[in-house]
Amino acid sequence: MAEINNTKSASSWKFPFRIKIENRVDNPPKWLSPTLSVGAIIIALLIGAIVIWMGGGNPWAAYSHIAKYSLGSVGVLSDTLVKAIPLMLVGLACSIAFRMKLWNIGAEGQFFLGAFGASLVVLLPILPEDAPKWLFIITMAFFGMLFGALWGFIPGLLKARYNVNEIISTLMMNYIAIEWNNYFIYAVWSERGFQMSRMFQRNAWLPRLSDLSTRWPFFSGLTTHFGLVFAVLAAIILWLILSKSKWGYEIRLIGDNPKAAEYAGISIKKNIVLVMMVSGALAGLAGMSEIGGVVHRLQGAISPGYGYTGIIIAWLAKLNPLAVILASILFGALILAGREVQPAGIPTLIQGMIMVTLIASDFFYRNRVTIIRRVED
Amino acid sequence: MDLLIILASGVATGTVLLYATVGEAFAERSGILNLGVEGMMLIGAMAAYKTAAATGNAWLGLLVAMLAAGLISQVHAFITITLQADQVISGLALNFLATGISLVLGEGLTSLRDVVPQLPKFTIPGLAQIPWLGRVFFDNQSILVYAGFLFIPLAWYYINRTRPGLHLRAVGEYPAAADTLGIHVYFLRYFYVFVGGTLAGLAGATISLSISPGWFGALTTAGQGWIAVGLVIFAQWNPIRAAFGAYTFGALRRLVLDIQAPVLIFGLANPFYSNLNYAFFLKMLPYIFTVVFLVIGSREANRKRIGSPAALGLPYIRGQRGL
Repeated sequence: MAEINNTKSASSWKFPFRIKIENRVDNPPKWLSPTLSVGAIIIALLIGAIVIWMGGGNPWAAYSHIAKYSLGSVGVLSDTLVKAIPLMLVGLACSIAFRMKLWNIGAEGQFFLGAFGASLVVLLPILPEDAPKWLFIITMAFFGMLFGALWGFIPGLLKARYNVNEIISTLMMNYIAIEWNNYFIYAVWSERGFQMSRMFQRNAWLPRLSDLSTRWPFFSGLTTHFGLVFAVLAAIILWLILSKSKWGYEIRLIGDNPKAAEYAGISIKKNIVLVMMVSGALAGLAGMSEIGGVVHRLQGAISPGYGYTGIIIAWLAKLNPLAVILASILFGALILAGREVQPAGIPTLIQGMIMVTLIASDFFYRNRVTIIRRVED
Repeated sequence: MDLLIILASGVATGTVLLYATVGEAFAERSGILNLGVEGMMLIGAMAAYKTAAATGNAWLGLLVAMLAAGLISQVHAFITITLQADQVISGLALNFLATGISLVLGEGLTSLRDVVPQLPKFTIPGLAQIPWLGRVFFDNQSILVYAGFLFIPLAWYYINRTRPGLHLRAVGEYPAAADTLGIHVYFLRYFYVFVGGTLAGLAGATISLSISPGWFGALTTAGQGWIAVGLVIFAQWNPIRAAFGAYTFGALRRLVLDIQAPVLIFGLANPFYSNLNYAFFLKMLPYIFTVVFLVIGSREANRKRIGSPAALGLPYIRGQRGL
């Protein structure tokens, strides 16, 4: 039981209140966690406003622009969802790894490798050019997940075999993945000297809402694509695995108490490799859906740091796969509309600020903080 | 001989990693893992360049860089030491925050090249005449490179042979015991996180005011902060091993850039000259080598039973059982 007296005491005059901090013994009320998260986001936006103002920007203009051009109409809301799709998948990738206290911060690289794997199907080619659309979708998703999983497997194996710190190794793999992709877009699949592959043929595109506009005119111009189905399905499956299955129980037990897991006969090493592969596969699927649903070719600038944002999303969602869906939409809005805001670093700044205040707010979840009137002594 | 020039610029590049790595070693020795090195370096590089551009004084830029990065490190210190949050996730958060701040405040600095003053470079007479080594270490290097040479033994001596260094190690190995001896665990942890921050800021300033002058957004550091975090493990928290790793990596980074220039290498055709696309694989090398270094480091640590500071990553809560 930690009790810290935080008030400054002067010899003659004493501050009439003091702050009492004690560990929570009981379960905190249900409303506390979401309230703290919302409060953390608000405080982050306030502090962010000060920094933007210091940098010579106009915080109010920046924030209202982001709100208006991300959620203000059906059209932009659809674009926000497009940004939210890869975020959901990488958010899930981080969530399952973090649940085991396995710090996979390589979702960015696994995303790039997933995009590479999906491109192989079209550009190598693995499927003939006129193969049916459904076959393309399944095959591209498979190869995207396969290459993402491979990129997760390497640091997973290094950690299980040689106890190599996965934070560093997954991060290094990000830089390697980007150079790997660069080689292929500059040297192998370069189209007429540009740093990008050729445009994929139509039957390798994921279907969009606007494809339905012939039957329902309401959908015309809406860009939300089939990747959303992947992402939501993945969230539900992951939620079932984590909270209902024996494997999910093992993952949570390793995360909370590795010693107990070991005594219970759970193989930690096997799970490290497995979870890294699943995590990588999810991030790889994100890369595939971005390639198949939005970009339709392999090129350099396919991610504004989705893999890193996934870390914050996982944390905001408290590693709950279903909450990842909501958190991703919020950050999708930020990334979509933040592109046009000056100065250019604002989305990164706000993301960082939100993460810092979120982690700080956790203190109020773990501890009961009360301000009490000082009793004369 | 070209190789000596590559090695000399490798020493200069490695100086960046040297400061960042030893700074992180200080923080980790006190028990606080700070993954925000990359972000703090960016803050340092941005603050140094911005101040130098505004005042025309590179030294003032250096000072502001160290203070700014030290200040931002205290966010991590507060969250992990006082609020007792997970150090990994807080370090990641610091990274995002610091990167974001440096991008916002660094807006418009990219176009300022050539008008911003740099830190002086000079040759040390006498020492520069030593065959081979003189050219590599003492010929027309930045003053921060020379400062690095002095810094390595000083940091080692401070950690291993002085009373404050003993306190530093005690706080990281067994904070409860240190506390009973009257050592201020919380204060020292805050202090060494600050030291780590200022050194990361110094590393950033070394880039933007001296080694490759300018501000290029997040590309200014290009992952060197993360390599530094990896090198700390390889270095086993020892400044001398850190220096070895840092200069090796510096040389490697330069080699990757410089190997494309000559037509012939040792009389053979240079494959990287004829096909520039191989450069992408060359650029992977520093990152691959970081992973290789980690494997070597952890195997060696296993064999010699050298561990990380025992309390690394654990919050210290006075009155609770455990470390």
